Amino acid sequence: MINFDLVVVGGGPAGMAAALKAKECGVESIIVLERAETLGGILEQCIHTGFGLHYFGEELSGPEYAARFIEQVEKTDIVVKTDTMVLDIDDSNVVTAVNKTDGLLKINAKAIILAMGCRERPRGALEIAGTRASGIMTAGTAQKYVNLDGYMPGKKVVILGSGDIGLIMARRMTLEGAEVKVVCELMPYSGGLTRNIVQCLDDFGIPLKLSTTVVETHGKDRLEGVTIAKVDEKLQPIESTKEYIECDTLMLSVGLIPENELTKNVGIGIDRITSGAVVDEMRQTDHKGIFACGNVLHVHDLVDYVTLESQIAGKGAADYILGKCDNSPVYVNTTTGNGVRYLVPQRVNINNKEDIKLYFRVGQIFKNAKVVLECDGKVISSKKKVKLAPGEMENVVVPADVLASMNENSTIVVRVEE
Amino acid sequence: MTRELTCVACPLGCSVTVEYNDAEIISVTGNTCKRGENYAKTEITNPTRSLTTSVKVCGGIHPVVPVKSSKPVPKTMLFDCMEVINSVCVEAPVTLGQVIIENILDTGADIVATNND
Repeated sequence: MINFDLVVVGGGPAGMAAALKAKECGVESIIVLERAETLGGILEQCIHTGFGLHYFGEELSGPEYAARFIEQVEKTDIVVKTDTMVLDIDDSNVVTAVNKTDGLLKINAKAIILAMGCRERPRGALEIAGTRASGIMTAGTAQKYVNLDGYMPGKKVVILGSGDIGLIMARRMTLEGAEVKVVCELMPYSGGLTRNIVQCLDDFGIPLKLSTTVVETHGKDRLEGVTIAKVDEKLQPIESTKEYIECDTLMLSVGLIPENELTKNVGIGIDRITSGAVVDEMRQTDHKGIFACGNVLHVHDLVDYVTLESQIAGKGAADYILGKCDNSPVYVNTTTGNGVRYLVPQRVNINNKEDIKLYFRVGQIFKNAKVVLECDGKVISSKKKVKLAPGEMENVVVPADVLASMNENSTIVVRVEE
Repeated sequence: MTRELTCVACPLGCSVTVEYNDAEIISVTGNTCKRGENYAKTEITNPTRSLTTSVKVCGGIHPVVPVKSSKPVPKTMLFDCMEVINSVCVEAPVTLGQVIIENILDTGADIVATNND
């Protein structure tokens, strides 16, 4: 058994930012455990730009954004173990991990930060009819093939799902000479950023078919084509709209799911909507000393917000380790009102003396609507929004003086007013 | 004439309206920053895009290294630039920020490595 003040599980943008913040706040011994060969996480394969506008005030590619944090980590005495897989976290904060050089590692931690990121929803979750021909893969897998391994997974491509990775891959495949025939989206709106629809699809004349899905794949050894169909309001395919499209590759960009197997094994409470842990404003889970941040907590659209959130968790863990935490917190749950799908954090300690930013997503597209924060039945703020979309994370601030006036029976509600 | 654009300068994606006569811009509205105004103007006169792709590496850890154009290139030249980039094989080691191709196709943009290898 070895001892560390802080164990960070995952060396992507979340893990690195959290570890660096904890170091800055005075935590002495920190270890980061990373499954891949290098730090950086998914950013390493996200070679497009658009990262860092909020945090660095400039537009960087994924590897460039990651490099800035990797350099900082290397300047500290934070211990990094790559190629290391965490197998288990038990309820006395012992982390079990394995790698080729150390074999089995048992690490006793004062605090743990969960920063494992998320996974793509796979084909199996969609129940599309057809054989298991090759050529069917998630957009992120295709992205790894093209951007890290340097090979093209296909020539004629259909993409199911209009999340950002799918849109980015439509452009990437086109630039490398493939023909992207269509992007199908089950919902009546795209889940991706509007600018990606413009610069990844419109720029190259790639059609986006909304309310459309893939109902069948064809081909035995290699994919030969797919059948697509329009769906009705209940998202059921309409038989008469079936259409065959020849292709050798089907990419799926149908959602991301926080990777919380370790979290669940500890018995940490999970939010049914975010599929991430239930946390307070310091990003502490309901298990003392275990924090969560980044895409393992809830799926973000911008890495800049992952960094900011992870710094909160890093500071929270530092406070916990250094005994600066509030030992008698009074929690008030945050409640989703009309139009709001989820809120993070799910609960806040009203003894906290600072403003608290609540992050949320809406459940549908709203135009010219207001985001209303209501505490104890009183409207605290009402902010006009030209557009609110499920693909774009929003936030609202609960001011410190409002928190100071609350008690354990208080309410915090965020809702959309049309 | 007026044209409705979605600004691609940053992930906000503002809806911008441009009023123009041929190549003369009369007004830009709906943008929330200076970059949006610039985007709208060039989008009417000479649309440009940043190019990100990868280039082959000889003798490196990975077979390819990611690259980007140091500034946006004309939209119509994206595929021409791709052809040039795909004909190159750079010798390892490659460092982040290293210029791989100078002034690609006279666009004034360099092709720069965005990771080490």
